[in-house]
Amino acid sequence: MDLTVRDLAVARGGVPVLEGICFDLSPGQAVVLRGPNGAGKTTLLRTLAGLQPPLAGTIRGAEDRVAYAAHADGLKPTLSVVENLRFWARVFGHRDIAPALTAYALSDLAERPAGALSAGQKRRLGLARMLVTGRTIWAMDEPTVSLDRDATAQFADAVRGHLAGGGMAVMATHIDLGLDAQVLDVAGYKARIPAWDDTDEAFL
Amino acid sequence: MIALLLRDLRLALRAGGGFGLGLAFFLIVTVMVPFSVGPQSALLSSIAPGVLWLGALLACLLSLDRLLALDWEDGSLDLLATAPLPLEGVVSVKALAHWITTGLPLVLAAPVLGVLLNLPAQGFLWIVVSLALGTPALSVIGTFGAALTVGLKRGGLLLSLLVMPLYVPTLIFGAEVARRGAQGMDAITPMLMLAGISAGAIALLPFASAAVLRVNLR
Amino acid sequence: MSLWEYANPKKFLATSERVLPAFWALSGLCLVVGLVWGFFFTPDDFRQGSTVKIIYLHVPSALMAINAWLMMLVASLIWLVRRHHVSALAARAAAPVGVAMTLIALVTGAIWGQPMWGTWWAWDPRLTSFLILFLFYLGYIALWAAIDNPDTAADLTSVLCLVGSVFALLSRYAVNFWNQGLHQGASLSLDKEKNVADVFYQPLLVCIAGFVLLFVALVLYRTGTEIRARRMRALIARERAGAA
Repeated sequence: MDLTVRDLAVARGGVPVLEGICFDLSPGQAVVLRGPNGAGKTTLLRTLAGLQPPLAGTIRGAEDRVAYAAHADGLKPTLSVVENLRFWARVFGHRDIAPALTAYALSDLAERPAGALSAGQKRRLGLARMLVTGRTIWAMDEPTVSLDRDATAQFADAVRGHLAGGGMAVMATHIDLGLDAQVLDVAGYKARIPAWDDTDEAFL
Repeated sequence: MIALLLRDLRLALRAGGGFGLGLAFFLIVTVMVPFSVGPQSALLSSIAPGVLWLGALLACLLSLDRLLALDWEDGSLDLLATAPLPLEGVVSVKALAHWITTGLPLVLAAPVLGVLLNLPAQGFLWIVVSLALGTPALSVIGTFGAALTVGLKRGGLLLSLLVMPLYVPTLIFGAEVARRGAQGMDAITPMLMLAGISAGAIALLPFASAAVLRVNLR
Repeated sequence: MSLWEYANPKKFLATSERVLPAFWALSGLCLVVGLVWGFFFTPDDFRQGSTVKIIYLHVPSALMAINAWLMMLVASLIWLVRRHHVSALAARAAAPVGVAMTLIALVTGAIWGQPMWGTWWAWDPRLTSFLILFLFYLGYIALWAAIDNPDTAADLTSVLCLVGSVFALLSRYAVNFWNQGLHQGASLSLDKEKNVADVFYQPLLVCIAGFVLLFVALVLYRTGTEIRARRMRALIARERAGAA
C-alpha cells in the first residue's frame, strides 16, 4: 500500500510551521526532506509517525506501519547492545536480531553496555533498531549524524536493502547517500501567516 | 508488554537503578521517628501503623519522578508510543514495574520496621495486608502524576504537589486498616474501601495516564 | 443563535465587557446590603453572641469555594469535548478565585472556631475536606503555571481537574469515615441551615447572591485578561514567524 500525503499542515508548539505538503510514496521509494534548521522537518516526521495530530490534511497508509528514529536513540546505558536490540525486537514481535547486528557491524560490540559506546556506535545501534521493527515505512530524523564514512555506507546499504524489499523511507538528511530518492524541500511549504480576520477562534 | 516489564525490572536491578533506594528511605524515615517523638514504647506502638504508612507513601513518592522521566529523556517513550503496544498498556506495565521494585519491598519490609516501633503483635498481619492492598494504588496514581509532569524540567516538586492530594483516600483507609488491626478492632470495612480504591484506580487511571502522556508527547 | 457563539474569543470579550459593569454593581450592592444588614440589623445569637455574624462571610465563601471547582470541572469537560479555548481559559481564570474563596472560608472558620470551640483548628471532616480542596487548587494552579504550551497546559489541567474531582469526592467520604473512627460522635458539625432562624437567613441569602455575582464578575474579568494574554502570545509568535 502506498503512503499518500495530501495538503498536510503541521504545527510546533501550537504555531503552524508547514502547510500544503503533498507527496506519494510507493513501495521501494524514498523521500529526502531538506530545508533549513527549524523549518519543520522533525515536526513533519513526528506527524507521519503518529506522535502528533496533523493540523490539516490527510496521511493515508501510515497507520501502524511507521518505524520512527529520532535524534535520541532510546538506548538504555546499563543494557548491553544485544539486550537493547532484543528488547525492541520483542516489542515489535520477536524478530531475529542477527541480521541487524551484522548490517551495522555491531557483532563485536554485542556484549558492551550501551553506555560505553561512542556517539557513532550508539547511532549505529539506534539505526539497527529500525531493522528489527519489521515496519514498512522508516521515518528518520538526521540518521547520519555522528556516523563516519564506513557507517554512512552501511546505513545507505541498509536503506537500499529495505527499499529493495518493498519498504519505504522518509528521512531528513543533508548528506547525499547515493539513493534514488525524491527530494522534498520543506522551505517551499512554510505556513503563511493567517490574515487578521480569522484570528478569533484559535488566537492565531 | 512482558518484554517491557522485564526490561524495566532489569534496569531497576542494574547499577543505580534505585531498586533499594525506596526501601532505604523507608528505613531511614522509620528510624528518625523515635528521635523526633521520643522513645516511649507506648506512644510509638500507638503511632506505628500511621508512621509505617506515611513512610511507605513517601518512599513511593520519592521514586516517581524517575518512572517515566528517564524514558522521556533518552527518547524511548517516543519510540514506545509508535510501537505496536497500546500506550495504556505501556503505562500499566510501568506502574506494575514500579510496584514490584518499590511497593512490594515496602510491604515485605514493613513488619521488620514494625518491630522497631513496638507495633502490637496483632498489628503485623494487618500492616502487611493494608500495604499489599494499598501500594498498587499508590503506584498507579503516581504513574498518572508522572505522566502529567513528564515533559517538565524540574517536575519533581510539582509531581509531589499533584500526587499528594490524590493519595489522601488511599492513605486514610490504608492507615485506618493498620490502626484498627493493631488495636484489635474490626478492620474489614476500611479494608474493603481500600481494596475498592485500588481496584478502581488500577482499572481506570491508566486511561487518564495514557491520555496525558499522548498530550505530552505531541 | 447558540450558546456556543460565546466560545469565540472576540464575541466573548465584546459581550462580557458589556455585562461586566452590571455584575460589578449588582454584586457590590448585594454585598453591602447583605453585610450591613447582617452585621448591624440582626440580633445576637443567644448562645454564640455576636460571633455568629461571621457566618455572612463564612458560608458564602465556602459555598463558592466548591462551586468554583464545579465550574472548573464543567469548563474542563467543555474544553476536552468541544475544544473551545475560552472554556479552558475560563477554568484557568476561576482557579485563583476559588483558592481565595477556600482561604476565606478556612480563615473565617478559624476565627469563628476560636471563641466557639476554643480552638483555631480541629480535624473535623468539613474542615479537613476544605484543606484538601485547597491542596487540589494549589496543584491545579501550579500545573497551569508550569507548562509553556497553552494547549498542552489546557489538556493536562483538564484531565487533572477530572481525576482530581473523583479523588476529592473520595477524600470527602474517606475523611468522614476517618474522623468517626477517631472520636465517635464528638462531632463539631456545622450544619447551620437547620438551626438558623429567618432573621439570620434572609441577609445570608443576600450575601450568597453577592458572592455568586462577585465570582461571576471576577471570572468574566479574569477570562478576558487570559484571552488578551493569549492573544499577545499569538502576536509575538506571529512576529517571530514573520521575522524568521
